[in-house]
Amino acid sequence: MGARPDAPLIGVLALQGGFAAHERALRCLGARVRQVRVPGDLEGLEGLVIPGGESTTMTLGIEREGLAQPLRQLVASGVRVLGSCAGLIMLDREHLGLMDIRAERNAFGRQIRSFETDLQLDGLEGGPLRAIFIRAPWIAQAGPAVQVLASVDGHPVAAREGEILAVAFHAELTDDLRLHRWLLKDGSLAGAAASNG
Amino acid sequence: MHDEGTFTVKAGLAEMLKGGVIMDVVTPEQAKIAEQAGACAVMALERVPADIRRDGGVARMSDPEMISGIQQVVTIPVMAKARIGHFVEAQVLQALEVDYVDESEVLTPADEAHHIDKWAFTVPFVCGAKNLGEALRRIGEGAAMLRSKGEAGTGDIVEAVRHMRMITGEIRRLTTLQPSELASAAKELQAPVELVREVASSGKLPVVLFCAGGIATPADAALMMALGAEGVFVGSGIFKSDDPPARARAIVEATTHWQDPERLASASRGLGAPMTSLESSKLSPEELLAGRGW
Repeated sequence: MGARPDAPLIGVLALQGGFAAHERALRCLGARVRQVRVPGDLEGLEGLVIPGGESTTMTLGIEREGLAQPLRQLVASGVRVLGSCAGLIMLDREHLGLMDIRAERNAFGRQIRSFETDLQLDGLEGGPLRAIFIRAPWIAQAGPAVQVLASVDGHPVAAREGEILAVAFHAELTDDLRLHRWLLKDGSLAGAAASNG
Repeated sequence: MHDEGTFTVKAGLAEMLKGGVIMDVVTPEQAKIAEQAGACAVMALERVPADIRRDGGVARMSDPEMISGIQQVVTIPVMAKARIGHFVEAQVLQALEVDYVDESEVLTPADEAHHIDKWAFTVPFVCGAKNLGEALRRIGEGAAMLRSKGEAGTGDIVEAVRHMRMITGEIRRLTTLQPSELASAAKELQAPVELVREVASSGKLPVVLFCAGGIATPADAALMMALGAEGVFVGSGIFKSDDPPARARAIVEATTHWQDPERLASASRGLGAPMTSLESSKLSPEELLAGRGW
């Protein structure tokens, strides 16, 4: 089933990682989806997903393709962004610098420490979501403009800064589409008031 | 509260490796080169398949010392191989906290009848398959990721192509059957009927499928992606070539841009000689590794 031609066009960074699951979730919600591999793919996007994957691989890919500056420009234009797991890392100060956070990589440990759990995000209607943490990071430090939406064992794992939502887990591996609905501006989360641009 | 080792968590890591290249490495130095070239994971082992083939003898799990050495120098996932059916080697690898265990035909099988019961582990497993029946048997035993087997250590892509086409072709065939025909299909495939039903209705495997065994060039990697692989394992192809860092980067780039021939052309330039290759069809049946496992 194709999306309507006037449906929002969302880009999913597709250099490496779990981009297909995000694509599936967005298509389920009727969005048009474009895989992003080169700067030209950013043209006309109305939203962006930076998926999970290996952050080192993604960092090198962004460098190889010259995507860092074009990605920053797209985000500066005010589109909504969802980053999950490695996507959260890419958004932090030491990578794309789009959020005032510092991510701690593989913070929960190696794969055998990976886990799933029920997690309530501040302001997310409909109760907790099933959060899949895979070699996941957490947010070690967050600036004043950042609103932490959820924590695990005292460590922030979901945060919003303006139009950018970063989560350390994978909601796209479940059938819960609420975060993608938010990306499509169809659903609420805490932190809207904190957004001033 | 925290559910560890669930199938979602195991299969989820493979989901995050998609579109990437997993490289065989035998030293921490090689692991660093692989990581800096953009590998999404490394496979830590003592000898690459080309050397296992040359040396002969029994090939076993690697020395924990060398696996730990590699874990210490990279942040990307580290995988390691256990012999088919050798569940104690797998327990050792789990104790070392490797991120994935490859129950691999590249090592000498330890059990001629039984693969490892992979449900009994917290660490996820990847297994090889030549056809759909083999793939579904491995999933039935708890594998959370699959790779087509190909013929490791040859640098000859023909077996990888054969196995990938076999798996995807058999999946397509299942989707054309009526529900009443699936029990018989399961019997022919020697696969669990629930998994056969699942594949028939979804048109895909329930876990991520990579390819392995024979990839030597960027074009080989792109070919396998075009045939349905969701990522590639490169064993001997990188560190047995003239210029491993350049070849590793080029294969990573080709795996991302497999649909773009111009990018493949530029990625393939000036890489020096590929690994010394063996034609699979010239190998005697006992030299073929893909026949191990069932």
